[in-house]
This record gives sequence, C-alpha cells and structure tokens, in this order.
Amino acid sequence: MSTTPPRSRSQLDRELMLLRDNVLRLSTMVDAALQQLQQINRQLDVAQARQIIADDTKINRLRYKIEEDAYKLIARHQPTARDLRGIITSIHIAVELERIGDYAAGNSRLLLEMVDEALLISTFSNITRMLDLSRQMMRNAMNAYVHWDEEQARRVIQRDNDIDAIDKQVYQELIDLMTKQSHTISHATYMLWISHNCERIGDRITNICERIIYMVSGEMYYGIRQKGEEL
Amino acid sequence: MTDAQLIAIPNAQQVRQEYALEAHNLSIFYGNFRAVDSVSMKIQYNKITALIGPSGCGKSTLLRSFNRMNDLVPGARIEGELLFQGQNLYDPFVDPVEVRRRIGMVFQKPNPFPKSIYDNVAYGPRIQGIRKKSQLDDIVERSLRQAALWDEVKDKLRQSGLSLSGGQQQRLCIARAIAVEPEILLMDEPCSALDPIATLRIEELMRELQENYTIVIVTHNMQQAARVSDYTAFMMINENRSGGLVEFDLTEKIFTNPSDSRTEDYVTGRFG
Repeated sequence: MSTTPPRSRSQLDRELMLLRDNVLRLSTMVDAALQQLQQINRQLDVAQARQIIADDTKINRLRYKIEEDAYKLIARHQPTARDLRGIITSIHIAVELERIGDYAAGNSRLLLEMVDEALLISTFSNITRMLDLSRQMMRNAMNAYVHWDEEQARRVIQRDNDIDAIDKQVYQELIDLMTKQSHTISHATYMLWISHNCERIGDRITNICERIIYMVSGEMYYGIRQKGEEL
Repeated sequence: MTDAQLIAIPNAQQVRQEYALEAHNLSIFYGNFRAVDSVSMKIQYNKITALIGPSGCGKSTLLRSFNRMNDLVPGARIEGELLFQGQNLYDPFVDPVEVRRRIGMVFQKPNPFPKSIYDNVAYGPRIQGIRKKSQLDDIVERSLRQAALWDEVKDKLRQSGLSLSGGQQQRLCIARAIAVEPEILLMDEPCSALDPIATLRIEELMRELQENYTIVIVTHNMQQAARVSDYTAFMMINENRSGGLVEFDLTEKIFTNPSDSRTEDYVTGRFG
C-alpha cells in the first residue's frame, strides 16, 4: 500500500529540537570565539589566538554534523511547510555561523602576524565595538530563530548599518595613516583586513536573519531588491 | 426523457472556457446528510489537481460528482453548479452518459473487465459504435501507448486483462478510460493498491498524460500529491460533519507555505 503511514510526530519533533539545539550550541561556540577575539584585541595573547584557531575545527565539525542530521531528517520524515522551512533555515544558519567562526580564526592569524608591532589603539577600540555589535546581533538573531520572531530578525538586519559605518571610519583612518606615515603600511593593511572581516561578520548575521524571515513567513527575503521585482 | 430532449455539451473546439471545470457552491447530499458543503473551485486545463484531506472529508465524493458518478448512489443529490465547457453538468437535460465519456474515471482498485486486454480497451469505442477493425486496432494501440503499456502487452493482446500485474492492470484501466478520448481524467486513489515501483510508473504516466488531459486525483498519500500535482485542494470536515474546501493553491505553496493553519497542521502531520 502506498498510502502515507501516520507519521510519528513526536519523533519528528524530537529530532527538530535536537537540530535546533545543535544550531544554538554552534552559535555559542562562535560567540565564544568572538569574545576571545575581543580579549586579544585589547591585549594580544598568543596562546589565546592559537586557541581560537584550534577551536575553529570543532565549529566546522559541528556545522557538518548539523547539515548531515538535517539531510537524514528530511529523508526520514519528508517534512513540509514550517517543518521544512525550519530545517532548511537551520542548515543555512549553520553554514553562516561556521563562516563567522572562520573570520574569528582568520583575525587571530592576522593578529599573530602583528605580534611584534605597536598596536593602533583607536583602530582596535573600533574593532572591539564592531565585535560587540556583532555579538549582540548574533544573540538577537538566535533569539529570533528560536522564537520564530520575524520582527526581531528585521531589526537585527537594520543594525548591520552601524557595523558598516564603523568599518568605513576605520578604513578612512587607516588610509590617512598610511598616506602620512608610510612605515605603518604593513601594519595598517593587516588592520584593514581585520576590520573587513568584522564587517563581513555583520553581513553573515544579516544572511541568517534573512533566512529566519523566510522560515517564519514563508516569503523569501530578497534584501535590497523590491518585492515582486524580477530576478 | 427522450434523447431529443437532451442537450449536447459544447466541445472544446466550439467554446474554450477559461477553466476545464468550475464548481460553484457545490454541495453534495446523501439523503439529508450534507457530505460536501459548498465547494467552489476552478480546475485548470492540462494541470494535475490533487484533492487531499483526512478520511471522510468528502474528497472522493467531490471527485465522483465531477462526472456525475454520484447519480448512481440512491438518495444522492447536489446543490450548486458544476460547469464544463460552459454547461452546468447537473442541468436535467444533460446526458450523464455523455458526461462520463468526456470526463473519465480511474478507480482505486484496478478493475479490468474479465476480457482480453484488447477488448478492455476497445470496450468504450465499441459502445460508441465503432466497428471497423482497423479503426479499433488504432485506438487500442494509441491508448495502450499513451498508458505506457503497449510495449509490455503488444504480443499478448488476446490474453485476459486479469493476467496482468496490479500496476499493469491499473495502466490497462487508464488505457480503457482514455480510449474514448475524454477531456478530463478523474483518478480516485489510483495507486493505493500498488507497490511503490508501480506507483511511480503511474505517477510518471500522469505527467505524460497531462499534455493531453486535465487530471484530478484523490490521494491519501501526501507525498504523492506533492510529487505529482500542480495544484492541491485541501479538504476537511467542518463542525456539521460536512466536507469543505479549506485551501486551494499551487502545490508548491501548499507544501512549503500554506495560508491556512489547518492546512499547515495537516501537511506537517499534526493531525489527520
């Protein structure tokens, strides 16, 4: 008989919750990486920078586990509607979180390159602010994910402008510095890179929020493109 | 009523309506019991429309009303309108036999006649008065080809239809239904008695038939509706125990982002 067997909703619910918990776990790991990064921004600690890089492997591993679990869930339960949207969104969030982890590891590597150089205090304080904002955005995004809160996801996206503004400011400062004092070029270039990575973290969180909007509303969020506009 | 009093349903070449079939506030009664309550829906040409919903929601009853099969149930009557080529099929002057020729039906359990494969397919055309062997041969071959059965049976057309496997028997029934060149094919859980492989064959066949026919299918299998149909109608019983239409939309919408929370609950397995 090809009639659909009554599906075990409780089993599906359990697996959906496990998937969600793993996404939250991943976000906690990424947040920890960002927090450590903030610390070494204030005071460079070689051991801690190496730790961030080492921990990134764990983040990567969990991201693949989430993806694999999601595929198994789809194959076994053939989810539809909000279940399906929730699973697809979880996969996307895991991918984005993993990329944020990569930026944290990347910045740690860059900082290790600069270990003997005098730190540019004002730039670092701006980068710390960007990381602060990113962490807040990420927390709020994960809250929106857990509570299916479209409005909160939309509010988080707005915050990305603040990160972009700081990045622009850092860029300007560093360009000015390099123009005036050519011996800072190598150092300032690393700093540009670090700042750019922080700006990308904001973009990744924006991507996460766009997915959450889709998860909740079922409508694909096309970012700056107007709704109904041709692709 | 004599034949002279019957009115002919216009054919598609004469007047092509916007929709293949339109139900307007269609209610179906068995005696005093309202089995289906005021359904309005428009079936698109050359699309597959699936009717889904929990047992007893009236989806088979609704499907049977689309070619007046319910007329055969004592005490059954309808209210509302069912428009086909601009003609209300429940007009008293419409000939139900013509309705059933132009809107064919395939049932849940394959039900070939205890006759040869050839005679099963030639049955309808013969009733229509076609006697010429070459013409019948053509119809039998065309129908069996369209039903994706020809290659499997071309060398044994004189064998009994009952000698075929379940999946083949169902394709034979589809060939029999299309031999009289209907415009719409109604399928009432056509795969529920078949194994998964035979089910997939029928589903592929439906996609091929869609080029020439409009198909409406009742299925208990939600994945089947999701796989095979273009539009999905979700029905469920209301507080008066009558079946009603909850939501009718593109299949991809119903299975990814339904508008009604009851549809959402059903397709995600929260009830039903």
